[in-house]
Amino acid sequence: MTDTLAPVSAETATAGPVRRRGTGRRWTAYLGVLPFLAYAAVFLLWPTYIVVVGAFQDTSGRPTTSSIKAVTTGSNYLDAFLESIELSLVTALGGAVLGALLAWAVTESKPDGVLRKLVVAASGVLAQFGGAMLAFAFLATFGFNGFVTILLQDAFGIDTQTSAGWIYGFWGLAVVYTYFQIPLMLIVFLPAIDGLRPQWREASDSLGGSTWAYWRHVGGPILAPSFIGATLLLFANAFSAYATAAALISQGSPLVTLQIRAAVTSEVVLGQANIGKALALGMVVVVAIVMTLYALLQRRTARWLR
Amino acid sequence: MSRRIFRWLVLVLVGLYLLLPLFAMVEFSTRGAGNSRSLEAWKGIGTNSDLVAGILVSVELAVLTVAGMLVLLVPTMTWVHLRVPRVRRLVEFICLLPLTIPAIVLVVGLAPIYAWVNYLLGNSGLTLTFVYIVLTLPFAYRALDGGLRAIDVVTLSEAARGLGASWLNVLLHVIIPNIRAAIISASVVSVALVLGEYTIASLLNFNTLQPVIVLLGKRNAAISVAVSVAALLFAFVLLLVLAQVAPRRRAKAVEGES
Repeated sequence: MTDTLAPVSAETATAGPVRRRGTGRRWTAYLGVLPFLAYAAVFLLWPTYIVVVGAFQDTSGRPTTSSIKAVTTGSNYLDAFLESIELSLVTALGGAVLGALLAWAVTESKPDGVLRKLVVAASGVLAQFGGAMLAFAFLATFGFNGFVTILLQDAFGIDTQTSAGWIYGFWGLAVVYTYFQIPLMLIVFLPAIDGLRPQWREASDSLGGSTWAYWRHVGGPILAPSFIGATLLLFANAFSAYATAAALISQGSPLVTLQIRAAVTSEVVLGQANIGKALALGMVVVVAIVMTLYALLQRRTARWLR
Repeated sequence: MSRRIFRWLVLVLVGLYLLLPLFAMVEFSTRGAGNSRSLEAWKGIGTNSDLVAGILVSVELAVLTVAGMLVLLVPTMTWVHLRVPRVRRLVEFICLLPLTIPAIVLVVGLAPIYAWVNYLLGNSGLTLTFVYIVLTLPFAYRALDGGLRAIDVVTLSEAARGLGASWLNVLLHVIIPNIRAAIISASVVSVALVLGEYTIASLLNFNTLQPVIVLLGKRNAAISVAVSVAALLFAFVLLLVLAQVAPRRRAKAVEGES
């Protein structure tokens, strides 16, 4: 739930270094950064190191690849990885399309209007801080005693109670995940749509271009890198999401993040702790690949967003 | 005109998707016996001792995290801007790293470290501050970096230094007042992040707000749903306030360039 990148500001690329002579030369100046580096080393780099190294060790610290092998050959774990990837893919695409449409609909209104402010604030809440609470939102909607379930039963006599278990399955998760993907897409994609200058549309119109021609030849190609980048970001977001799934599903572990929970909370089983680390390493690898692609695309995108 | 119709269609349909679950939460949490409405679940928030304790810990954590994040980042980033611009890339990389390392991965590696932290500082939920500061780094870095870029740090501090101010004075009386909006926005995002954090707190077995909500949800779903609505609304108001305080930097930059 934590993973939002507002697109890197365009200034990052343009702000050149303006440095005065003589400053930043003395090595003692570097000591000023030391407290920060020390802190990051203990609470960010060290845990990462523990995960990476632990994945290649047995419980007594001897080097081994058995945890990695267990993860890459155990069908449980592989299935969890595949299901996580599938879920992330489906919800990233769904969220990206719906979120982009919403972002477009919002930018059509006044830039400082109430609608825009409300939508952006609400998106921030739902995309980043919903977490476990979103599980409750959907249980209250589609659960066995949910609002929609009961409404359908009372109004139309449709017995959905027996089938209300779908919310705990793949498509249930997909609906819940898309729910926080749409707002994230809005936050990430809004600046890209803002970057489309009205003059471009006017130019296209005055040359006789239709709406379709404008999006096909002007808007689409300009937005494409941001759109793909945002979709990658959404993928990483869904892939690393834990809170919502954990609050929704208490038995069974269809996703990688839930497999890690199972491994971490049952350390009594011999060697399980390092299975958790191997799974975690697998997650880091997937997310790192996706985020690298994102960063590469971002560089391309920044050109158009000035 | 078709553009307008399509726009409203999108707003209504996507809006419905986003609002329906929120409405259902309100409906669910106000169900009474039979077909009546009741505010019992909402009143229960104040009387449930687990919940009150969880809320208190989370609020304390939010305050500590914001304080720690500011103490760690503001002087460091100012110093980097002023004196050692060469390490800017490194600091930026470290600050954005938590985006690539999912919280669930971090928690796996944190378990042994927290064994030490809890041995040294006691087994208090407030020790989560340390890792929460790490979680806020990407958001806080972005906000503060924007603030520092918007002012001419070098000229301001050289002027102050030339008039005999110490580095501490430069920081407290020159830099910080000039990046106030950025500091507020970094703080607000951090508060919301801490109040909504579930993954790390629950896996390290600390009863902060979110794990308590989830545990409670298994026994008394109505109260859990009521608290969730309250928490989401609180975060919403926080972010609305933020939208008022923080100037829209990008828009200004665009105007300035064109």
